[in-house]
Amino acid sequence: MKQYALYPGCSLEKIAQSYRVSAIETSRAMGVELKEIDDWNCCGATAYFHVDELLSYTLVARNLAIAEKENLDFVAPCSACYKNAYFTKKYLNQDPELAEHINYALEEDNLHFTGNIAVKHLIEVFVQDLGVEQIRDKVSNPLEGLRVAPYYGCQIVRPRKDHEDVEEPQFFEDLISAMGAEPVDYPNKVRCCGGSLIITSRVAALSLVRVLLQSAVDSNAMVIATACPLCQVNLECYQEQVNQEFGTEYSIPILYFTQILGLSLGIPAKRLGIGTELVSTKEVLTYAQKKENDL
Amino acid sequence: MSEKVGVYICHCGTNIAKTVDVEDVAVWAGDQPDVEIARDYKFMCSSLGQDLIEEDIKEKGLTRVVVAACSPHMHEKTFRTACERGGLNPFLFEMVNVREHNSWTTDDREAATKKAKALVNGAVERVIYHQELEMMPLEINPNTLVVGGGIAGISASLELADAGYHVYLVEREPSIGGHMAQLDKTFPTLDCSACILTPRMVEVGQHPNITLLTWSEVENVEGYLGNFTVTVRKKARYINEEHCTGCGICIEKCPFKVTDDVFEAGLSTRKVIYRPFPQAVPKYPVIDTENCVYFLRGKCKACQIFCPTEPNSIDFEQQDEFLNIDVGNIILATGYDLFDVSKIPQYGYGRLANVFTSLEFERLVNAAGPTSGNIVLRDMETPPDKVAIVHCVGSRDENYHKYCSKVCCMYSLKFAHLVHERLPDAEVYNCYIDMRTPGKGYEEFYNRLLEEGTHFIRGKVADITDSARTDEEEGKLIVQVNDTLIDKQRRIPVDMVILSPAMEARYDSRKITQLFRMGCDFDGFFVERHPKLDPVATMTEGIYIAGACQGPKDIPDSVSQGAAAAARVAGLIARGTVYIEPVRASIIEEQCSGCRICNNLCPYNAIIFNEDKEVSEIITALCQGCGTCVAACPSAAITGAHFTNDQLMSQIEGILWDVGKGLESIKKVESVAEIGD
Repeated sequence: MKQYALYPGCSLEKIAQSYRVSAIETSRAMGVELKEIDDWNCCGATAYFHVDELLSYTLVARNLAIAEKENLDFVAPCSACYKNAYFTKKYLNQDPELAEHINYALEEDNLHFTGNIAVKHLIEVFVQDLGVEQIRDKVSNPLEGLRVAPYYGCQIVRPRKDHEDVEEPQFFEDLISAMGAEPVDYPNKVRCCGGSLIITSRVAALSLVRVLLQSAVDSNAMVIATACPLCQVNLECYQEQVNQEFGTEYSIPILYFTQILGLSLGIPAKRLGIGTELVSTKEVLTYAQKKENDL
Repeated sequence: MSEKVGVYICHCGTNIAKTVDVEDVAVWAGDQPDVEIARDYKFMCSSLGQDLIEEDIKEKGLTRVVVAACSPHMHEKTFRTACERGGLNPFLFEMVNVREHNSWTTDDREAATKKAKALVNGAVERVIYHQELEMMPLEINPNTLVVGGGIAGISASLELADAGYHVYLVEREPSIGGHMAQLDKTFPTLDCSACILTPRMVEVGQHPNITLLTWSEVENVEGYLGNFTVTVRKKARYINEEHCTGCGICIEKCPFKVTDDVFEAGLSTRKVIYRPFPQAVPKYPVIDTENCVYFLRGKCKACQIFCPTEPNSIDFEQQDEFLNIDVGNIILATGYDLFDVSKIPQYGYGRLANVFTSLEFERLVNAAGPTSGNIVLRDMETPPDKVAIVHCVGSRDENYHKYCSKVCCMYSLKFAHLVHERLPDAEVYNCYIDMRTPGKGYEEFYNRLLEEGTHFIRGKVADITDSARTDEEEGKLIVQVNDTLIDKQRRIPVDMVILSPAMEARYDSRKITQLFRMGCDFDGFFVERHPKLDPVATMTEGIYIAGACQGPKDIPDSVSQGAAAAARVAGLIARGTVYIEPVRASIIEEQCSGCRICNNLCPYNAIIFNEDKEVSEIITALCQGCGTCVAACPSAAITGAHFTNDQLMSQIEGILWDVGKGLESIKKVESVAEIGD
């Protein structure tokens, strides 16, 4: 069984527990073990890098160094954790002096960063390492007719100039197709969800969320698939506030891609953490249960 | 050996003297053995500078001359002639480049002066071994090959043909005309493109001095200036050109249509047997075998059945023909491709129906195009209320092409004008980075558009989307752009977007440079011999370039270059015989072991093996003096005139003059290393 070092990050501890359980369930079903990094710490999130770069790099380097001990590739399900780890590794590899400086601090913990493991987002484990074909083979409960809006968010692809398809990526669509579902044309798929702006400038963030919801409704999506806990929170938990603020009546379910993938792999909804959403996912589940009823 | 060498160091105003201590170099050179006289002079290329050389040869009996000045490309000929006037064989002269190779490359005066000394010393040591040589006469075949039948190639062909010289014009499409045939109006005068182009096309088609080879491609090129042999593949048209009257009945009767991706830019269909456009030259149609039902399934033959000529002009058995053509010069006018706008996915081309390319719009707005000149959306009926024109798509962009495509601003302005003209109520937005309108009447055209009410937005478009945020945006394409003049992000809802893509080098331009043995730049555009003073010649003698294959160009520039290239060729033909450098290889028979390594290496097939003597021999007429065989010969039996081993070895020794002396002293070795750096 292929192993990865799982860096859950703080979201998956609490608010995104359903992401965590579904990630572990679907990975296991695909023959992948996500092994949680021992004694991990905060990734620095979006704020800390603007406060103290050196300490932020040190925080992230510590997590990477722990994963290196086991020589497992570092996997983050949260896009912000992923971005921080990705760039920390990249910059430290480019700047050996900075790496040496940070390693001096890590020595206290008997750790050493070398930058010899890959940093991946969870969705990359599925679409790149496992591959869409392998997933399609494992899908036992194809979600035929389910129209899914693939919401990449901004942090997986957009800051990464070394990847080619930053403006118009396709891998999420391919993954949804592999589940037997139908990816919809979702023009705002890489637009910002508002991020943590929801705390400091609520209305501005809500208007961004509104654009995402409206665009999904316009393309007749039945559910929006996310790959980041913050995107999930903004789209799901603030949906009602958007309705109050703008007088709209959105009621579109939001699920982690792992939850939808889990359904297509025939994993019961409960084990995927489905059922605790603020926007009902009942309709989505009918597509997963169709097959069971048929039998 | 005792020679009297004269050394002359040019100041070139301050070009050289600013960085190189020319006086010091002259004094130093004067102290070297064999140097009879060393002088520095303000402008060696001036008449007075030349007279200096001439007089010294006569009065001081110089037997060798070295001039250290600019590149030999500039003035080698000047000084050789000066030597000749003084009574010295012009090949007993050597030129040293202390400008492009030295003073222009550094601000370090000490290092530059050292390098100048080293180079001068190398030349002195070399020139001692020079031999008297005579220029070689070369007959110029008066026929010319022109590759590419766009406006540049047409212009070149007509100039030469009118001057009385025969031209072979090769075009890979079924008709000549190039991109210009697809355009509607031409900026800034707005005359109809077809109206000014087709008379020239007809002239080409009927000219007794032009052999027109359309639907043809150059397969192979051999030979050299004055004597090229070119193999042209004449692709099968499946039409017997001797009998075909061009009546077009076959086209009318052909029951199958396909999308015309080439001439109509995918906006319309054509028959499977087709002429790209009504005024095509030549008039003969061509069968598209990839889509022809007869070629695919062996049935149909409608064209043949209905062909009214006797004998029948449709020939399904026709094969590709290979023609060998002898020409003296070649003009390449192979044109450009448009940048593939789908490489910028955020502009939505291919995903958002009403995003058009400039070429599609040219066809839309063209009276002979698919909508008879009506500007409509992709549904082919609704006229747009608002149109955005995006400049610099793929040009002036680090991710794609860094260069400015030169013509896009002007044709984007032309588009804006045409929309105003055809749809007076429509709003037009031109999103530009900088407005570039350098040309006669161009800025005036821009001012005219300002008065016509076009909205000009200075900013690079970030995104084109159909995701509405407001009611006003509903159902529209939204152009997101940072308006840098008011420093605001703007979202402009429009019905139609026209992208103005970069002009780029032909997809196969690198292959062409290999075929014709010349160079292209990083972007794939062909490189001229000199960017200012020799813009249509290439570094390969006898090969000229014209039009957009050299870089983005508008119609007037392409026509001028076509004519300029023709004038260069006509000059050579008129002279009939040109004299070229006698730089040729020769084999020292006694040293040749007959190993034949050189025979196959020679790119000009100029080396044969003499079976009787068991030695290789060089056919001087074919040798181009490239030196490949000289370097390859394991017995050092081949020598290149003017590039003998003696000459090169002594030049190297001369350049490294202070290394030999300084082996004891590490410091001097370092100083040479510095110069080398």
